[in-house]
Amino acid sequence: MTFDVESIRKNFPILETEMRGRPLVYLDSAASAQKPRTVVDAMSDFYLAHYANIHRGVYQLSAEATERYEAVRTKVARFIGAPDSREVVFVRNATEAINLVARTWGEKTIQRGDEIVLTVMEHHANIVPWQMLAERSGATIRVAEISDEGMLDLEGLERLLGPRTKLLAFSAVSNALGTINPVSKLTALARERGITTLVDGAQAVPHQPVDVAALGCDFYVFSGHKVFGPSGVGVLYGRLPLLETMPPFLGGGDMIESVSFEGTSFAPVPQKFEAGTPDIASVIGLGAAIDYLGAIGMDRISAYEQTLLAYATERLEQIPGLRIIGTAKEKAAVVSFVLEDAHPHDIGTMLDDDGIAIRAGHHCAQPLMKRLGVPATARASFAFYNTENEIDRLVAAVQKTRDLFH
Amino acid sequence: MDDLRELYQEVILEHNRKPRNFRILADANREADGRNPLCGDEFTLYARVNAEDCVEEVTFQGSGCAISRASASLMTDFLAGKSINEVGTDFDRFHELVTSRPNTPAEIDGLGKLAVFAGVREYPMRVKCASLAWHALRAALDDDGKTAKTE
Repeated sequence: MTFDVESIRKNFPILETEMRGRPLVYLDSAASAQKPRTVVDAMSDFYLAHYANIHRGVYQLSAEATERYEAVRTKVARFIGAPDSREVVFVRNATEAINLVARTWGEKTIQRGDEIVLTVMEHHANIVPWQMLAERSGATIRVAEISDEGMLDLEGLERLLGPRTKLLAFSAVSNALGTINPVSKLTALARERGITTLVDGAQAVPHQPVDVAALGCDFYVFSGHKVFGPSGVGVLYGRLPLLETMPPFLGGGDMIESVSFEGTSFAPVPQKFEAGTPDIASVIGLGAAIDYLGAIGMDRISAYEQTLLAYATERLEQIPGLRIIGTAKEKAAVVSFVLEDAHPHDIGTMLDDDGIAIRAGHHCAQPLMKRLGVPATARASFAFYNTENEIDRLVAAVQKTRDLFH
Repeated sequence: MDDLRELYQEVILEHNRKPRNFRILADANREADGRNPLCGDEFTLYARVNAEDCVEEVTFQGSGCAISRASASLMTDFLAGKSINEVGTDFDRFHELVTSRPNTPAEIDGLGKLAVFAGVREYPMRVKCASLAWHALRAALDDDGKTAKTE
């Protein structure tokens, strides 16, 4: 069955708009993905016809809102292969999920002299919370290296895993390079040594099937806005036995069993980690996004995006003076590149003038940029709503940039 | 495309290709770094100021986009030989030029070649690029050795 991208595009009204007088070419889905109409409709329907606070009301409307909210939890669990829906905690975004783990599991577990192993290709979101934890606890951060192509040095990483290593945290897919990391292999290395694992799946969940149970990780995090859902909601998956022994994150309503000034007992998992009224409508929107992706099929999405990646790589490589940054064997549909004569920021402005949205900068991965010896890159990132025709426009605009600056 | 031509004028492209005063100033007595965390532009500004508060020479080093590089290059040429007070006035004029409302007559009096940066007004995202070297220089002249940030 062919991938009918034209009918898919009709589900994303923004793709029919113009930018600077040209049809918009949106190639920044790795920063945030566009939303299908069904997501927006589900949220507006929820607000207009079903809204009430959850987990509180004795009345029917609240009970129904709670049911819809909790149904998304089950949906997310199924979508990422979590065996138990209680293992799905709703947070604001992947960043908050990582901070939650650092603040709760981390505070409880990590002690002076312990080691946390990260990789040099991490997004700042998977670096800074651990640095803050290390600062508080007296732990040390150790960093796994990569090859010039942007592939993890697995042997080097294995050598970093020592008796004091308590955590291995890494991204499933690099946001800046597109490198797909061998998640199961890495979690196996950690498991053999009794090391806890956290996988940053922010760039994986939108593009490939994910099965956290099969991956064998302890924690897995992703953001709703990158999976074609709304901003304001993200997911922390954690294995139940771990979540159950973790102290709460934020204190407040909704996360308690009973409160008195003598002492408070906390609600069971996952409510323990969801203090206060959450972004209920965004959770509903996330549910609609997952339904939408499920109807297309993550396998088909992944296969189609691989054709876009191959096409973009082949076309861009032909531009003189262009160098692709990140040439791992297995990549998600991300092409980071630099031009000999034009700075990424100028490329971004030139492309914007043609209605093409790309990201230019350090991609919240400054240690990675330093390792690769570039101050910044231009990054085109694709989703299943992009087309080869759009890639042709990208290539023409990059060529034009090269000509102007050469 | 017209706005873009206005932004990337030939003078700017030329200064980007061959920036003037692009070197460390060995006998500098003022120095400051300028960073634009948003896009990774990073420059160091060097200046030699004499006893009469005259900025005799200004040079720079570092990496950045065409707008920030050309702006630094043109600025170093433009300010050499001026007094610290004059540099302050020029800073204000330049800032006014790149942040004034688009589609209004640009106030370019006294800015000479720097008038080419009027096109930046159409691109608010690029104002920080154009003013980075200026902020760094001001930091160098105000209190030596600090890092100027554009945000």
